[in-house]
Amino acid sequence: MNSSWGWLKSGIILGASFLLAVALVKPIGVSTQYVIADCFIFCKLKPELAQENVAEDGTKTYSSSNAYLNKSNGKYVKKTLNIANYGFVFVIAMFAGGFLASRLGGPKVKKEETWIPKVWEENLGSSWPKRMAGAFFSGFVILFGARMAGGCTSGHMMSGMMQTSLSGYLFAAGVFAVAVPVAILVFKK
Amino acid sequence: MKEIIFAILVGGSFGFILHKVGATDPNKIVGFLRLTDLHLAKVILFAIGFSSLLLFILMAVGVIDSTHISVKSSYIGVIIGGAIFGIGFGLGGYCPGTTLAALGSGRKDSIFMILGGLVGAWVYVLMYGWLTENMSWLFDKIAGGKVSLAVTGNDAYPALIDGIPGIVVAAVIALLFMGGAALLPNKLRN
Repeated sequence: MNSSWGWLKSGIILGASFLLAVALVKPIGVSTQYVIADCFIFCKLKPELAQENVAEDGTKTYSSSNAYLNKSNGKYVKKTLNIANYGFVFVIAMFAGGFLASRLGGPKVKKEETWIPKVWEENLGSSWPKRMAGAFFSGFVILFGARMAGGCTSGHMMSGMMQTSLSGYLFAAGVFAVAVPVAILVFKK
Repeated sequence: MKEIIFAILVGGSFGFILHKVGATDPNKIVGFLRLTDLHLAKVILFAIGFSSLLLFILMAVGVIDSTHISVKSSYIGVIIGGAIFGIGFGLGGYCPGTTLAALGSGRKDSIFMILGGLVGAWVYVLMYGWLTENMSWLFDKIAGGKVSLAVTGNDAYPALIDGIPGIVVAAVIALLFMGGAALLPNKLRN
C-alpha cells in the first residue's frame, strides 16, 4: 500500500506540527540529541565529561572537561545527567511515530528495500556492505556538519525559517548548494 | 511530567507525520535533490510558509508567547556546516530526524546512518576546542548573530527589518514560500 499524503495536505500538517511544538514548548530540533546520547555513553567511561556540582545552598551547576560540552553553563551535561528530558524523550517518540505510521495505513517499506533503498540499488548496486558504509559515512558528515552549524533540517531549516531566523536561510543555502549537485552526480537514474 | 507527556505526543506525531509526508523515504529525498520529484520540496516550502504565517499571527494576538521562540545564531560555520551536511544528505537520503522515524517504519539501513551520526557528532565535540583556537573564523558572527528578518516581539532577537511590523514582513515571506510551493512543477529534470 502506498498511501502517503498529497503535497498540500502534507505541507499543512507538517507545518502545523512545527507550530504546535512552539506553542506548547519550544521549536523542534533533533541533532543536539546525538550529542546527548554520546555524552550519556562516554561519561560512563570518563566521569569528568559530565559533572554535577552542588553548591552549599543546594543550587546545582553543571560542567565538563570538554570545551563543547561545557558551553552555555554545561547545558549538554545537565540534559545528559537528567536524560528523561523533553528533547531526548521527543526523539525516542519519533521512532514510535514512524512505526505507527507505517502500520496504520502505510506506506509500508517494501521487503526488498528494508536494507537498501531502490534509488541506491539502481545506481550503486545491491552490495549490502556498500550501502552500510554509505549510510554510516552519510550519518557521520551529516551530524558533524549539523553540530558545526548548530542545528539540522528541523532546527535550522524548518523551525528557523518559520521564525524568519537569518541562520535558517544561511543553513538551507549551504545544504542545497552541495546536496543537489551530489545527488545529481551520484544518482544518474 | 507535563514536559514528558508533551515530548511523547509532539515527538510521536512528528515521527508519524514525517513518514506520511514521504520524508522518511530516501527515494523521495534523492528525487527532491535531483530535482526529478519535487513532492518534498513543495511540502517543505508550504509547511514553512504556513507555519510561519500562523506563528506570527498567533504571536501578534498573544496566543503564542514570543518567549517560546528560539532564534539560532548566524555565523560562518552555519553555512560551512550546512555544506558538509549537504554531502551526506545528497548521498544517504536521510536527515538526523527522518532517519529515526525511518528506522521505526522499517528502514534498517538507518541503524548505520544513526551510528555514523553518533560518531560524527562526537568527533565534532572532541574537535571543538581545537577549532575554536585554530579556525576561530568559523565562529565569526554574521549580521550580529541571533537575528531574525521579521520583528518577533522577543527582545533577545533583534530584527534586520525593524521599520515594518513583524507580521507584515513574515506574511510577505510566508506567501512567497506558499506561492512557490503551489507554482513549483512536480519535476524540473527527467
